[in-house]
Amino acid sequence: MPEVTFLDKNRQPVTADSEDLVYSRYLIRVNSQAHYQPHPAFAKDEKGNPLYLFDSEQLSEDFNTIADFKVTGSRPVHANDFIYQIKRLADPKLKSPMLGVMAQYIVGLSDLSKTLADVPRDNWVDLNDYSMEGLELIDERTFAITIYNRYPQFSYWLTMHFFAPIPPEADRFYHNPGFKQKNLTLDWYPIGSGAYMMTQNNPNSEIVLERNPNFRPDFFPSEGEPGDREKGFLNDAGKRLPFVDKAVFRLEKEVLPRWGKFLQGYYDRSGEHQSNTKNFFDQAFVVGDDGLELTPDLRSHELTLSRSVKPRVQYIAFNMRDPVVGGYSEKARKLRRALSIAYVEENYISIFHKGNALAAQGPIPPGITGYFEGEKGINPYVFDWVGGEAKRKSLGAARKLLAEAGYPNGRDANTGKPLKLYFDVQSQVAKTNSVLNWQRRQFESLGIQVEFRSTDWNRHREKLLSGNAQIFSHGWLADYPDPENFFILFYGPQSPLVCKCEGTNDPNYENAEFDRLFRRMREMPEGAERNTIVAKMVEMIRRDNVWLSAYHVFEYYLNNPWVYNTKRHGIAQNNLKYVRIEPKQRNEKIKQWNQPVIWPLVVGGVLVAAVFVPVFNAYRRRQKMKINH
Amino acid sequence: MFAYIVRRILYSVPILIGVNVLTFSLFFIVNSPDNMARSQLGEKHVTKETIENWKKEQGYDKPLFINVEEEGLASLTETIFFNKSIKLFMFEFGQSESGRDITNDVAQRMWPSLALALPTFVVGIWVNICVALMVIMFRGTPLDRGAVIIFVAMMSISYLFYIIGGQYLVAKTWRLVPISGFDLSAQMWRFLILPVVVGVVSGIGSGARLYRTFFIEEADKDYVRTAKAKGLSEVAILFHHILPNALIPILTGVVVVIPALFMGSLLMESFFGIPGLGSYMLDAIDSQDFAIVRSMVFIGSVLYILGLLLTDLSYTWADPRVRLN
Repeated sequence: MPEVTFLDKNRQPVTADSEDLVYSRYLIRVNSQAHYQPHPAFAKDEKGNPLYLFDSEQLSEDFNTIADFKVTGSRPVHANDFIYQIKRLADPKLKSPMLGVMAQYIVGLSDLSKTLADVPRDNWVDLNDYSMEGLELIDERTFAITIYNRYPQFSYWLTMHFFAPIPPEADRFYHNPGFKQKNLTLDWYPIGSGAYMMTQNNPNSEIVLERNPNFRPDFFPSEGEPGDREKGFLNDAGKRLPFVDKAVFRLEKEVLPRWGKFLQGYYDRSGEHQSNTKNFFDQAFVVGDDGLELTPDLRSHELTLSRSVKPRVQYIAFNMRDPVVGGYSEKARKLRRALSIAYVEENYISIFHKGNALAAQGPIPPGITGYFEGEKGINPYVFDWVGGEAKRKSLGAARKLLAEAGYPNGRDANTGKPLKLYFDVQSQVAKTNSVLNWQRRQFESLGIQVEFRSTDWNRHREKLLSGNAQIFSHGWLADYPDPENFFILFYGPQSPLVCKCEGTNDPNYENAEFDRLFRRMREMPEGAERNTIVAKMVEMIRRDNVWLSAYHVFEYYLNNPWVYNTKRHGIAQNNLKYVRIEPKQRNEKIKQWNQPVIWPLVVGGVLVAAVFVPVFNAYRRRQKMKINH
Repeated sequence: MFAYIVRRILYSVPILIGVNVLTFSLFFIVNSPDNMARSQLGEKHVTKETIENWKKEQGYDKPLFINVEEEGLASLTETIFFNKSIKLFMFEFGQSESGRDITNDVAQRMWPSLALALPTFVVGIWVNICVALMVIMFRGTPLDRGAVIIFVAMMSISYLFYIIGGQYLVAKTWRLVPISGFDLSAQMWRFLILPVVVGVVSGIGSGARLYRTFFIEEADKDYVRTAKAKGLSEVAILFHHILPNALIPILTGVVVVIPALFMGSLLMESFFGIPGLGSYMLDAIDSQDFAIVRSMVFIGSVLYILGLLLTDLSYTWADPRVRLN
């Protein structure tokens, strides 16, 4: 973990709670055993010069793919490689989507970006030649990053792929003349020091990862969550990682081939699926007495099931600036609450997700600070705690709220006109008529008319950015497991109408107290005080009823019986190194499951003969026919 | 003939410009450069500056057709349309929005497309002609009428049904061939046999029925009666007399698609996991990659025009009486 110190404006150390705090300095030590994968960028000639540096396209014309470079080399990971990559983030030529966000935090990133924008680009630009205020190279294994203020979540950002080290040699290698025209680029042939190296990158067909022979010593963990040992997830404790030599990821665009090949054993794992995934899920699961069960056919295949709940929420939101459903008056809140009560999310989950999702009680999903099980965790404006479980308030209560909001029986108390609402849906999401009909019925249960406005994603996004949607559905997958990453969906300055940007606060929620608490909790370390603030913020969201409804989806992975250590992680994606395969078992099963059925060929042949033999005979008869005078 | 070919090539220039204008207009009616930037950069954490920088680097920071800030010719050349279109006519496709060289991608992906489309095309034509000739042999008999009913039934069945049915029965249930996949090696036939069979069988209904019509027209002509009177066998009459005389209408429909075989098939490639140009185009539309879309439409237009030219030239081969001038 990085060593964090806090500094004042003169870069002198201060305490974490000091009012003079201006910067946070993250001191990072690179693992001394980290080593890059074999790569031609490190290959050297007898004199120690890079082997594959060319002056012209003609000299490099024999090299079309990364496999054409027969000589490779490697070296340890240096601290400067991390610094080099952070500088790459600043390079406007690389169009990193993270530049805008990171420039808000890392000192000097924005200035470097401006400098690099004016640099001539005839050849490779060595970013080592440019300094950046917030970066310090201390020694070969140590560096420091300075960010503005205090931002504990920065540690999460540091784990993300765009902070992975990039050796300058690789950057220079991929800038060889003519390489770009052959798609020999760093983004298509990345370089790294992890358990696997990418040896083939064809996203339209397949991506191949192979074991990195230079991977540092890394071992299977011996501790896990409660129950992991009993499930056999720790059976390989202490063994050297990774287990699998080669992993092939194939693109299957259609369900039938994907599912068929998985069942035939040609795929070890099914890929990730949600319970509303058409066909695939329906073929795999039935709802039994004990909830979701694999179909008998699949049970005989001895498939195993991995389930995970990602830090993710699917929600239907109100536009808080809308004159009908928006606003912060008690009447407006009552209207929104009435709609939330009437929209029975549990039924939606039961019908369209086979019960495999969780009705949300607030913006924070399970596993994240601020989420609570039981009575403490319910949204009291929509649910009651009855008999040990959350029970949605009655439709009568919703009608009462609706009347108090000025719409008795769904009609405007002043004009007598029926209340009509507009629900924006994305056409790409391909909501079926059954979903829309179900949603319509929820509104109609209060006597409210609803009109669905279907638009493509571009128009939908434009409507959200301009505040022209009244009710809309959306989703959010957290970048890191912290409530701050969900509260940003309600942070006032993130409203697209406020920032005139791609803000995350699509409902345009405005609450000065919420914003103040957000800024405060964002800078606070984890602890009781922060948790109290988180609870307050959740309460504000519930009270103002910004979302009509929301749910958290369970995600599933099916594994063939020869795949072990299949436990999923909600956020981390680098768990391939823990997976173990039994190839002998796989080969036997594939052979057993894929015995060809020959009789249809025989029957087909007989049928063809049955058609052609009479035809041939008829032809012969006609040829032999004589004209009788 | 040389003058004719040159004239036809010159005719194609305004057609290609028109296609390009149309593609450009339709694409940008649905997508704006901002949408494209969001699509490439992602929805989360993207700042306005990042979007502006992406547009600048990709050359989408200019007006679409007319730059009112420039004067003279520059008002037309300093536009997205001019900068993105003019190089197409020199067959320089540049880079996709995700940074890959399009020429390189097309060169790689056309082989899988061709590996599927060429056998399907050749075998399909051959099967359709043979079936149609066989049916003609029994013209007016219950066999002929039954065959027409079967052709119409086969035409009426959705292409998807053949694909899904073929995959389900042949690959999944009977396990005779792989369900999907592709490999540019000696094992390629294993992956291609099912899509080729599906492509051929699904085309028999419409193809054989159409060719039957062409052949019937010829079968009533005097030269056929003369051939019969000379005592030629029916096979000889069909293949040596009727088929060559019916080639002109067949060539009209067939030669035009030959160059376009490179372009692949959207459905086939998608269902059978073949990484060809059909799926390349589909993915580009999904990801709002205008660079690929415009390049593929341009290549498609050029190939179609080439196909029409080849069709005309093929007439002179099929019928020596035809003169192009």
